[in-house]
Amino acid sequence: MLCKGLLENDSPGPIIFLIKLTSFSSDCEDEPILSTLKVRGHMSFTEDQITRYSRHILLPEVGGKGQKKLSQAKVFIVGAGGLGSPVAYYLAAAGIGTIGLIDSDVVDLSNLQRQILHHTPDVGRSKVVSAKEKIQAINPDVQVNIHEERMTSRNAQELLSQYDVVIDGVDNFPAKFLINDACFLENKPLVHGGILRFEGRVFTIIPNQSACYRCVFKNPPPAGVVPTCQEAGIIGVVAGLIGTIQATEAIKLILNIGTPLTNRILDFDARTTAFREIRVKRNPTCALCGPNPSLTELIDYEQEACQLQPSATTLTNG
Amino acid sequence: MQLTINGKPETLEVSTVLDVLKTKDIDPQLVAVELNTQMVDQEQLGTTSLKDGDKLEFLFFMGGGA
Ligand SMILES: [Zn+2]
Repeated sequence: MLCKGLLENDSPGPIIFLIKLTSFSSDCEDEPILSTLKVRGHMSFTEDQITRYSRHILLPEVGGKGQKKLSQAKVFIVGAGGLGSPVAYYLAAAGIGTIGLIDSDVVDLSNLQRQILHHTPDVGRSKVVSAKEKIQAINPDVQVNIHEERMTSRNAQELLSQYDVVIDGVDNFPAKFLINDACFLENKPLVHGGILRFEGRVFTIIPNQSACYRCVFKNPPPAGVVPTCQEAGIIGVVAGLIGTIQATEAIKLILNIGTPLTNRILDFDARTTAFREIRVKRNPTCALCGPNPSLTELIDYEQEACQLQPSATTLTNG
Repeated sequence: MQLTINGKPETLEVSTVLDVLKTKDIDPQLVAVELNTQMVDQEQLGTTSLKDGDKLEFLFFMGGGA
């Protein structure tokens, strides 16, 4: 029964409101992409929560049951920077139950142009600590787990294993490949994101169902040949655009709404305000998810792109 | 020959995928190439021949995020 728990709430306002809802929220029974995300336990929200999430609950595709799914979902965001910021803000506002964040950096003045989780007084503070404060200010319902460390082959799988969806918000290829591989090995859906200069990219990966990052990009580029944001620059708002698409994908996966951005790479160019969609498919020669995988454990690629160019590393982080 | 590159029709005098990259001055290390929806292995760029009407997509590495 949809919204049953909600109806048990005994304040008159929300009841009237929810009785209307039950008449058209009927679309929650599909088999979810994330089988772990069937609604667990008794559904009950406080009156404040019903008000807070009312614009979600009004949507037939969400309803009380969908909101409950969001409140039970666990999303892991790798990187509390340009992409991680909008992702964390919107997922927190949406009422995602648990947000995990990993980042070893401290906030630098040059981050503030785009990393909107961090405010001017946060310069010099831990990014994950700064991020947790902002998330809880937006929505104290959210449980925030922070990890002030780098993700490596040693900790990646254990960290991801506790979450339902993973967001890539990192700024270097070794980490992007590590996240892709760890998500495949842990069978966790991943929403990949990348930004550079005026451009951005989003790509959703459902392990064993859709193309992975390695199906398209076999290996990281040689260190130093592809510039990073700190070397090449980034229009800050592109991080916002790409991050909000990533957050949208995460919510869709949790709610099993619509069509995920799988087997399609979505590239955005701010100069022309144009999206380009490139259809891709699982690559039978993929070393990770192909039928004859040669990659069965995680790799720490030694060198990050930025480390080859000492002149650039003096500029600031991320 | 007539090709479609990143969705746009182009006429190029080339025979392999690598020729296209050279003509456009693209470093093969920087790009993943899809030919008619199949990814082309980096090692096979120079041996993968093209024919009239082929569709190529170039996907450049985009590594930022922070
Ligand atoms: Zn793959």
